[in-house]
Amino acid sequence: MVDEKVTAVGPVRVHTISTDKYKTNTIVWKMKAPLAKETVTLRALLPYVLQSGTADYPSVKALRTYLDELYGATLNVDLTKKGEHHIMTIRIDVANERFLPEQTPLLSKALQLLADLLFRPALDGGRFVTDIVEQEKRALRQRIQAVYDDKMRYANMRLVEEMCKGEPYALSPNGELEDVDGITAEGLYRYYERALAEDELDLYVIGDVAEEAVLTAVKQRFSLPDRPKRERASSVSVKPQGEVREVIERQDVKQGKLNIGYRTNVTYEDDDYYALQLFNGIFGGFSHSKLFINVREKASLAYYAASRLESHKGLLMVMSGIEPANYEKARRIIDEQMQAMKNGDFTDEEMAQTKAVIRNQLLETLDTPRGLVEVLYHNVVSTRKRPIDEWIAGTDQVTREDVVRVADKVELDTVYFLTGMEATEDGKTGV
Amino acid sequence: MEKRVYETLHEELFYEKMDNGLDVYILPKKGFNKTYATFTTNYGSVDNQFVPLGKTEMKRVPDGIAHFLEHKLFEKEDGDVFQQFSKQGASANAFTTFTRTAYLFSSTDNVEKNLETLIDFVQSPYFSDKTVEKEKGIIGQEIRMYDDNPDWRVYFGAIESMYHNHPVKIDIAGTVESIAQITKELLYECYETFYHPSNMLLFVVGPVDEQKIMQQIRDNQAKKSFPQAPEVKRFAYEEPSAVAEKKKVIPMHVQTNKCFVGIKAPSVPEAGEQKLRHELAFHVALDYLFGKSSPHYERLYREGLIDDTFMYDYTEERGFGFALVGGDTRDAERLASEIQTVLLSFAAETIKKEEFERVKKKKIGAFLRALNSPEYIANQFTRYAFYGSNLFDILPALSSLTMDDIAAVASSCFRDSQIAVCEVVPKGQ
Repeated sequence: MVDEKVTAVGPVRVHTISTDKYKTNTIVWKMKAPLAKETVTLRALLPYVLQSGTADYPSVKALRTYLDELYGATLNVDLTKKGEHHIMTIRIDVANERFLPEQTPLLSKALQLLADLLFRPALDGGRFVTDIVEQEKRALRQRIQAVYDDKMRYANMRLVEEMCKGEPYALSPNGELEDVDGITAEGLYRYYERALAEDELDLYVIGDVAEEAVLTAVKQRFSLPDRPKRERASSVSVKPQGEVREVIERQDVKQGKLNIGYRTNVTYEDDDYYALQLFNGIFGGFSHSKLFINVREKASLAYYAASRLESHKGLLMVMSGIEPANYEKARRIIDEQMQAMKNGDFTDEEMAQTKAVIRNQLLETLDTPRGLVEVLYHNVVSTRKRPIDEWIAGTDQVTREDVVRVADKVELDTVYFLTGMEATEDGKTGV
Repeated sequence: MEKRVYETLHEELFYEKMDNGLDVYILPKKGFNKTYATFTTNYGSVDNQFVPLGKTEMKRVPDGIAHFLEHKLFEKEDGDVFQQFSKQGASANAFTTFTRTAYLFSSTDNVEKNLETLIDFVQSPYFSDKTVEKEKGIIGQEIRMYDDNPDWRVYFGAIESMYHNHPVKIDIAGTVESIAQITKELLYECYETFYHPSNMLLFVVGPVDEQKIMQQIRDNQAKKSFPQAPEVKRFAYEEPSAVAEKKKVIPMHVQTNKCFVGIKAPSVPEAGEQKLRHELAFHVALDYLFGKSSPHYERLYREGLIDDTFMYDYTEERGFGFALVGGDTRDAERLASEIQTVLLSFAAETIKKEEFERVKKKKIGAFLRALNSPEYIANQFTRYAFYGSNLFDILPALSSLTMDDIAAVASSCFRDSQIAVCEVVPKGQ
């Protein structure tokens, strides 16, 4: 279904997916390391500094001018966490020259550019350029702060912080505000050398290209030392002992955000992974799911009410936006849906429907270069390898008993509610 | 069925006008798993005053009704159409813009069944008092969600500042008060006026057999009957060419200032290639001035006035056009004044040929990239078709764009009278 060829070139796993379905060719570079307080902010900054200049194009303006010349090649970077891994991503996308009047070899130029970004950054006396680092520190601070102004993201972040207190997973992939100031051009350069020497490295090339050509280009341009094999830290966690935590936070908002976190005790590594996907699909993943039907369509309480999984960490998160006064009502309805799942109170039709939708969602994701890479990258993050064909068959084979067994493992952990300053239904007034 | 070949792009498009006036386009895409189909009416939030089908007088309807109708069309006497789609393995959705309402699905299986469901549900409205009332709670929460979103507030605030009368200044979802006035009778009236097949376009893109799909649509439409419908008469709002309000400040509970500069086009071409060129020229002008390779971007970024939220975009629809430039900033006042200075000092004699050609190259690459997306193709093709332009003409139009084209945009739009500013600032500042 997906023709992925993987070959190691030194420490770089090169993944080639040859296809002629796109009008552009895509390069994705991923660097993975454990998520940790000491490095999270350095990593959050590093790819932004790298995309600000190379030895040949030492400023954003010079670099972006070059990208425009390559028929508007796009270059962007981001940070994510998958389980307790912190992943830096650099993406370059270039037009396929067969659609252009000019036959410039754009893909090979793009690979060269990626190599330059990684191995020949703009430097000043053996360290990063101070001006660039300072500019990007400022942008990073703004990026961290921006979350506070987007209440949906803010509520998601706060739930994870509360729920995973003391676990690395509580860290945000964009780093910690208090650690930004202390970063220097020297310190960041030292970390850059360390990351290139120690991180797990993956390069994906998707497009109208043969694997041989990619490997030849990579061998010429990417030369990196081998690295010791790292112990894999397990991301899985169990619910700490004790009561369900309830956190209520007040701000000047009109809509309350009710976010609820559960521990699934099932992850990508487990046999029950496909059953977990199905559980989430019936419970809250789609517009036919119990949450959407009961919170939104029947009770008219919310515009959005949904759940999503973090399948490497084993978390299930419910999110909804409600009138502050409807807190108790919404919680009750959400609890009832969870109980229904545990009781096996769902129809065969819901099972079939959810299987069809999951299958469709997967196939659609594979249609975009970006989605395709994200699906394939699960197999890098996890020790458990799941080829794409297995996803489809695995989902099809899930039985109602499997879903109930998974539901039974799901434990409520933390309830987080961001609400307005006004009095709520029980008459309490916020501060 | 007519076949149109776009050789440079390696694309073939099939077209047919149904007997009832419905325009149908099919773009086969081999290699893709997904088929994506949109069924769109040339009707959006700005169409709030019109002569209803079979009547003679203009009628003003409540704000937000096009969007409300979009929500309600999914509900039928025997349940929710979302359920139907998901049983068939599809994901369905809809959206309302200023001038269009689109219903869509994507699926990798059961394409014909899903297409039938799409066409049939859009062509069989069912509104009841009870379901209309229930929807008010849901859309009320959708409105609240946007009320709390500072990015939306600053974006829409800038549009509000630019317009005196034109309903583009009214939020697409309306307000909690305006949607309270919506009734099932009003919904039927809007539906009958704007959902006539002759006011609609169906686009299918994906790994499909064009002959089979076209035949299916022909058969489906032949089974239904529609009254004769004249072209819809919409109220023509008198809109002064200059902006309504130079500056608007919205205090909110935020940590970061946000600022957008709005540029109002005093007039826009009505249709055809001229409209397409005007829009492209505006986009190229903005890219020339504010793109990441521009000197202005570099300077503003270095001074910390912009960050990676900085964006610029131009929207041109039926009867109006406006651009927005801005984002998060540490100093909204200064950013606003810097952007205005850049705009006002842009003139024909300052345009550099080499930079202009580079921006065109960048746009060509971006257009090819956009064609990777079936969603982009269906949505944008429909948008252009409603104005009598053609999405696939973008490539030749871009190639032939001249510096005079962007100089013309600058001289009519980059003027003090056309510029408005909206800022979101932390409360209490």
